[in-house]
Amino acid sequence: MGKRLTLALLAILVAFGLATPFPAPAQKGPIKIGFLAPVTGGAAQVGKDMVNGLSMWLEENNHTIAGRKVELIVEDTQGQPNTALTKLRKLVESDGVQVLAGGLFAHVGYALAPKVDEYRVPMLYPVMAGDDLTQRKPARWVVRNGWTSSQPSHPFGEYAARTLGYKKIVTIGIDYAFGWEVVGGFQKTFEENGGQIIQKLWPPLGTTDFAPYLSQIRRDADAVFALMVAASSLRFPKQYENAGLKARLPLLGGGTTFDEFVLPSLGDEAIGGMSPLIYSAAIDTPINKRFVAEYRRRYGKVPSYYSETCYTTGKWIDQAARAINGDVEDREKFLAALRKVEITDAPRGPIKLDEYGNPVQNIYIRKVEKKDGELWNTVVHTYPAVSQFWKYKPEEFLKQPVYDRNFPPCRYC
Amino acid sequence: MTAEFWVLQTFNGLSYGALLFLLAGGLSLIFGMMRIVNMTHGSYYLLGGYVALTVIGSSGQYALGLLGAAAAIAMIGLGEWNAFLQRLAGQELGQVLTTMGFALIFQDLALVIWGGDPQTIPIPDVLDGSLRLGTLFFPVYRIFIIAVAAAVATVLWLVLERTRVGAMIRATVDDPEMARGVGINVRGISMAVFALGAVLASVAGVVAGGFVGVYPGADFEILPYAFVVVIVGGMGSLKGALVGSLLVGLLDNFGKALFPELSYFTLFAPMAAILAVRPTGLFGRA
Amino acid sequence: MPRRPRASTPLLLGLVVLALAAGAPFLSSFSLALLTQALILAILAMSLDVILGYLGLASLGHAAYLGLGAYAVGILTTRYGAGFWTVLGAGVLLAAAAAALFGLVALRAVGVYFLMITLALGMVVWGLAHRWVTLTQGDNGISGVPRPDPGLPWSVASSLGFFYLSLAAFVLAFAVLAVVVRSPFGKTLVGIRESESRMRTLGYHVWLHKYIGFVIAGAVGGFAGVFWAYYNGFVSPADLELATSVEILLMVALGGRGTLAGPALGALVIVLLENFVSVYTHRWILILGAVYIGTIVYAPEGILGAVRHWTKGDRAWASG
Repeated sequence: MGKRLTLALLAILVAFGLATPFPAPAQKGPIKIGFLAPVTGGAAQVGKDMVNGLSMWLEENNHTIAGRKVELIVEDTQGQPNTALTKLRKLVESDGVQVLAGGLFAHVGYALAPKVDEYRVPMLYPVMAGDDLTQRKPARWVVRNGWTSSQPSHPFGEYAARTLGYKKIVTIGIDYAFGWEVVGGFQKTFEENGGQIIQKLWPPLGTTDFAPYLSQIRRDADAVFALMVAASSLRFPKQYENAGLKARLPLLGGGTTFDEFVLPSLGDEAIGGMSPLIYSAAIDTPINKRFVAEYRRRYGKVPSYYSETCYTTGKWIDQAARAINGDVEDREKFLAALRKVEITDAPRGPIKLDEYGNPVQNIYIRKVEKKDGELWNTVVHTYPAVSQFWKYKPEEFLKQPVYDRNFPPCRYC
Repeated sequence: MTAEFWVLQTFNGLSYGALLFLLAGGLSLIFGMMRIVNMTHGSYYLLGGYVALTVIGSSGQYALGLLGAAAAIAMIGLGEWNAFLQRLAGQELGQVLTTMGFALIFQDLALVIWGGDPQTIPIPDVLDGSLRLGTLFFPVYRIFIIAVAAAVATVLWLVLERTRVGAMIRATVDDPEMARGVGINVRGISMAVFALGAVLASVAGVVAGGFVGVYPGADFEILPYAFVVVIVGGMGSLKGALVGSLLVGLLDNFGKALFPELSYFTLFAPMAAILAVRPTGLFGRA
Repeated sequence: MPRRPRASTPLLLGLVVLALAAGAPFLSSFSLALLTQALILAILAMSLDVILGYLGLASLGHAAYLGLGAYAVGILTTRYGAGFWTVLGAGVLLAAAAAALFGLVALRAVGVYFLMITLALGMVVWGLAHRWVTLTQGDNGISGVPRPDPGLPWSVASSLGFFYLSLAAFVLAFAVLAVVVRSPFGKTLVGIRESESRMRTLGYHVWLHKYIGFVIAGAVGGFAGVFWAYYNGFVSPADLELATSVEILLMVALGGRGTLAGPALGALVIVLLENFVSVYTHRWILILGAVYIGTIVYAPEGILGAVRHWTKGDRAWASG
C-alpha cells in the first residue's frame, strides 16, 4: 500500500505544480487588474459595492484602458488579513497582474502594504484608510486614491466647535485602528477650537448590543460623536434612540456611521445625523447625478463611497496608463504615472495626490434627511481641497504619534 | 458609578440574557436528549431572522413573520436531523463536522438569497420607543424580549413538569434505553425536541432582528454565546439554561462596562472556573 | 479502527519530503506559498490528531495553541526585537503552559463535555486576543512581523528559503510525533481510547497519560503557530476563531485520524481546495460546506482510510 499512497501523493503534487504555471510575461496582452474585496463573510455587501463600482467603469469604457483590453480578476478576501495576503500572492505570482486595487479594513491595508512593496506591483487603495500608510509608514508601491481615516474628521471637529457650537462631546468609537484615527482626528481639531471631549468609549468590532456603553454616556454632554462600521451602523442609531438619548443629545458621526450602504435599511431614527466624508450620493453636481442614476439603473441601489472610489479607480488606472502609452509593464514608469494622476471630474469632485501620496479632495459635511421617502446624506457644507494634514504643516503633524485609543489623551475625562 | 448605572446595566444584562435564553434553551434540550453538538444552531437564528424579514416585508404582519420563521426553520431542522444527525448519535466529531458543513452552506445560501446588506426587522409601533422612569429610559422592546423569554420559560416548564409529553421527554433525557423499554416513542420525542430547539432559535433570531438587525455573520457571532450558556447551565436542564443565560447576559454586560480590556475574559473565565468545579455545569447531570 | 502502516511510513515520508525538496525550485512562488501554508497547517493538524485520533477526544479549541504560538511571535518580535530561536522556544512553552492549565480543566470530561469545555477554553484565549488591546492590538492584529533569522546555512528571506525552513519544521514535528505515538506511551493512549477502564484495571495511570498527550498536542500546536505568524508576517484574532478550530478538525477527519500522514494530507487538500475553488467560483463556501458533510457521509475514516480499503480490495466499502 505504501507505493500506491506515494503515487497518490505525488500525483497530487504534480497536478498542483501544473495547475499554477509561471506567470507568462504578459507583453501586450490584456492589462490584468487584480482586485481584492470581501465577497463572502460579514462585509460581503461592501465588497459587492466595491466590485460594482469598478465593473461599472469598465463596462462604460468597453473594458479598454489606453487602447488595451482589460481583464479584471476579483479575489475574495473574506475581510480577513491572512486570506487577503494569500490572495495577493495568487494575483501577483499566479495571474501576473500588472496592477492591484481594492481591499477593505485599515488593518488589512497595513498587513498588505509590506507585501506589495516586496512584489513591486503598484496597488491602489480606494478604501483602506489607515493614516500611517501615507504618513509615518509610507509604502512606495501603494497608491492611495481613497482617503485617510482622520482626513474628514479634521474639518468636522472644527465645524462641530465653531458652526454647531458644541462645547462638550462624548465619543463612542469601534475599538480598532480605523475607529481610533477617526475619533482622534475629530478630538484634535474639536479641542483646538475650544471644545472638550469629556468621555471616550470603545466598544469592540462586532458589538451587537450597545446598551452597556450607551448607559454610561455622561449627561453633561452637548452631543455624541459615534464611529460605527458595517452592521454596527445599522443597529446603533436605533439603540441610541431607544435609550432615550436621541431626544437629548444630537448624534454626530464618522462618515461610515451613516454610510450610503446602510441608509436604505435605516428608519427615521437616523434623521438628523451629521457626518463628514469624501463623498455623498447627494452631491449636487451633474457628474454625480449622472453617476448615481446610472449606478441605480445597473445595480438597483444608491452608490456608497465604496462604489464611488472603486469607480474612480478605473478612471485613475486609465489616466495613468494613457500617460505612458499603455506601457504598464514598465512598473516604475507606471507607478510614477499613477502618482501623477489628477482627476477633475470624479463624482466626488476634483482629486489629486499630495506629496505623501494621499488625495487632496473635498470633504462634505452631511446631514441625514428624508427626501421622497428615502434617506439621503444631504451636503450642508463643503470644505474644498482638504489634505490629510488639514491646516497643519506636514512635518509638524508627523511629529505627533499616529492617533490611537489614548492619543490625543482625554484631558477633560 | 451611580445607582442609575447599576440599575440600567442590570436591566440591559437581563434583557440580553433573555435573548440568550431563547437561543440556548432549545440547544440545551437537544443536548440533554440527543447529545448532539449542533453548529447549525446559529444558522437557525440567522435564517429565522431572514425568513421573518421576507414574510413581514410582504404581509406587513409581525406575528405572521414569527410564525413563518418558526415553521420554515422547524422544517429545515427536521430535514437535517432526519437525513443526517440521527445517524450520528454518539459521534461528536461527525456531528461537529456535519453541522458545521450545514452552517457554511446556510451562510452562503443566505448571502445569495438575501444579499449582504444588514437589515432590521420592522417592529410593531407599540414595541417601539421607551418607558421613562425619572431620568431612566427603558426601551419597550427590551421589556418585550424579557416578557417573551419569561413566557417561553413558563410554558416550557409547565409542559416538561406537568404534562404527559413532558414526562416522556424527561424520561428520554434521563435514560433513552429505559424510555424505549417502557414503550415511549423515543424517535418521535427526539424529533419533536429537535424541532422545538430549532424553532426557539428562529424566534430568538426574529426577536433579535428587531434590535441588533439581521446580517451575514450573525450566525457565528452568536453561536459561542449559546454554547457558553449551555455549558455553564448544564446540558439538558431548563433551569440551567435560564440561570446560565441570565448569568452570561449580566457577566457580558458588566464585563464590557467595567473591564473593557478583559471583557471576554470576564465572560469565559468564570465559566471555565465553574467547569473546573462542576464539569457538567451548574445544573447538569453527568 | 485504522491501523498505522508499519515500516512503510518513514520510507513514504522520506520520499514525499525528497520529492518536495527536489521539486520546490521548479514551482511557481504561489504554489510554494500554498505548500508552505499546507506544511504549517499539517503540523497543527498532526498535533490535534494526538488528542483526536490517538486519544479519541474531539477538541474544539485547538486554534488557541496556533494563536498562542503566533502571538508569541507577534509580540516578542515587534516589541522586543526577539530572534527566531527565542521566539520559537517562547511560543512552544507558552502553548505548552496553556495546555497544561487547560488540561486540568478539560480532561475531567469526555465526549460532548470535552468538546464543549475545549470550546470554552478556546474562547478565553480568543477573547484575550480580541480585547486585550494594549498587549495584542485587538482587531488590528500585529503587522510588521520580520522575516525569521534562524542562522541556517540558507537564507529564509525568499519564498523558497522559507519553504525549506517549513519543510524542516514539518519533518521535525512528524519525527517527534511519530516517536511519541509509536512509543509504549503512544500505545497506551490508543489503549485508553479503546477502553479506559481496561487500561485502568491494567494499572495504567490513565489521567496522567491523557494529560501528557494533551500537553504534547498543545506544544506542537504552538510550534505550528510560530511558523504561521512568520509565514503571514501578521497575527490577528481571526486565527483563533471557532471556525479555525473546526477547520483543523476537518483536516484531521478528511485525511484520516489515528495516523500522522492523514492529517498532513487533509491539511494539503483543504488548503488547495480553498485556494483553487475560490478562483472559479465565489460560492466556494458552499462547496467547503459540502466537503464537511461529504467527509462524514462518504469517508468517515478519511482519505487514508478510503485508500486502505481500496488497496485491500474491500468492495463492500465502496458500495456502502
